[in-house]
Amino acid sequence: MDGAPAAARSARRGELPARGGIGLKAEHVREVLETHPPVGFLEIHAENYMGDGGPPHHRLNLLRESYPLSIHGVGLSIGGDDALDTVHLERLARLVDRYQPEAVSEHLAWSSHEGIYFNDLLPIAYTTRTLHRVVAHIDQVQEHLGRRMLLENPSTYVAFAASTWDEVEFLAEIVRRTGCGLLLDVTNVQVSCINHGRDPIAYLRAVPARAIRQIHLAGYSEDLDGAEARLLIDAHGAPIESDVWRLYDQLLSRTGPMPTLIEWDNDVPVLATLLAQAARADLRLGTLGDPRLEAQQ
Amino acid sequence: MRSSSSQSAFARALVDPDHPLPPGLAAWNGSDPERRFAVYRNNIVVSLIAALVARFPVVRELVGDAFFHAMARHFALRHPPRSRLMLAYGDAFPVFIAGFEPASALPYLADVAALEAARTSAYHAADAPALGPAEFGGVDPDALFAMTVQLHPSARILVSHFAIFSLWAAHQQALAIAGVDPSTPEDVLVVRPLLDVEVTRLLPGGAVFITRLSAGASLGAAATAAIAAAAEFNLTAALHVLVATGVVTRLTPCRGERP
Repeated sequence: MDGAPAAARSARRGELPARGGIGLKAEHVREVLETHPPVGFLEIHAENYMGDGGPPHHRLNLLRESYPLSIHGVGLSIGGDDALDTVHLERLARLVDRYQPEAVSEHLAWSSHEGIYFNDLLPIAYTTRTLHRVVAHIDQVQEHLGRRMLLENPSTYVAFAASTWDEVEFLAEIVRRTGCGLLLDVTNVQVSCINHGRDPIAYLRAVPARAIRQIHLAGYSEDLDGAEARLLIDAHGAPIESDVWRLYDQLLSRTGPMPTLIEWDNDVPVLATLLAQAARADLRLGTLGDPRLEAQQ
Repeated sequence: MRSSSSQSAFARALVDPDHPLPPGLAAWNGSDPERRFAVYRNNIVVSLIAALVARFPVVRELVGDAFFHAMARHFALRHPPRSRLMLAYGDAFPVFIAGFEPASALPYLADVAALEAARTSAYHAADAPALGPAEFGGVDPDALFAMTVQLHPSARILVSHFAIFSLWAAHQQALAIAGVDPSTPEDVLVVRPLLDVEVTRLLPGGAVFITRLSAGASLGAAATAAIAAAAEFNLTAALHVLVATGVVTRLTPCRGERP
């Protein structure tokens, strides 16, 4: 089945360990350097380290000696109608070359159009036309970087009448055509499924588990749509909800232990709070299949 | 050459709250997509304002939180980022402030914003080893004036009709705001020789001196220009700034004549 011998996979050289990791926030860099907390890996947003020099690179160099690293891009606009920004792609290539991260990931989303950068991850229609474009963009990225990238499933608030593909099938087809891996954001699965009246458990059953190389977990917030139905917002500003932890367990039962990142980008708490969330992931990664796990929820 | 796409309509509606929603949006329960689309509109403006809050803390303190948010929202909707590097977002904010009528009662605000923008730009600038007293000390004083210098990639000079250094320093608790007369002209050197961004107030003529050096003038020619600009120019103090701040990365014997 999909549940490959996970210990062997994570032990392979050059991959993220199947442990809890944290998104490295500017607010925490000094403390991480000084206290060296036992997290499995660090993830940075690529664009925050695309300055020419200065303290960000100095500190990341020091941290790189002690931690496996995931470089997570937010600005490439892989789902965009526009051609990829080759200057930006080259910046990413230089960053990847410099820090040799264990993983490089980007989003199934667009963030720029006709020269304007929106600083947000915007939704795409799932059509055969957009599939071809995304596939071409991922081919271009993987060719330029000379390595496999991971693609993250999106959190979305609107759908498109034009869509003819189911999101999971769309992702699976991209994986099939490009050979890219998946960064499965469990919170995004929950957010998008609730927002579009779908079943998150069915989503996790259908996702091509063999392609998953990393997992993201984050807190969401709640709003209501125009019909007073639940509208979940992928706010990255709160602890992970219990329903997301349950979906995470569900996913791990298919994939085996996976590198799991705790994302917390807004209202950033003290480092200890992030570490405690990562430890909750570690508990599940270490006690996989342990029936006591159910009781701990 | 672009094809007019669904993303064009989506993009236009994102940064124009009065623009109608893009066609073709759907919701599983048939609800009006307005509230759903508003999440994107809100995310974008909130994230851009947050970037400006982070980069311009002193401007925010000078005008207060509510005024700053309103001003930042105006800027964000009219000047969304043209670059994917958010660390550079707000480079145009000082010029925007200079023309922002509601802020005209604070004529120094734009220059304080320029100082804050220079600090973050210096923070991310390229690294280079700075020369210190040892390197300068080894130079024959007579030869020094015929030399040109290479300035550190992080070096930025700000010239203002207002007390930008004192206003900024008062908001770092470095001096008392009560003693600051905003209408005192102050020039500033911003540089990050290692990890810390240093902000140094320059004496009269000091900005001309360093600006000329950065344009390739010899130390002697730059001093002449500084004296012409400010009769009270103090060369000893200006040289001390070069040595003490680490703004120089290379000293080169000058071959050609430069006025």
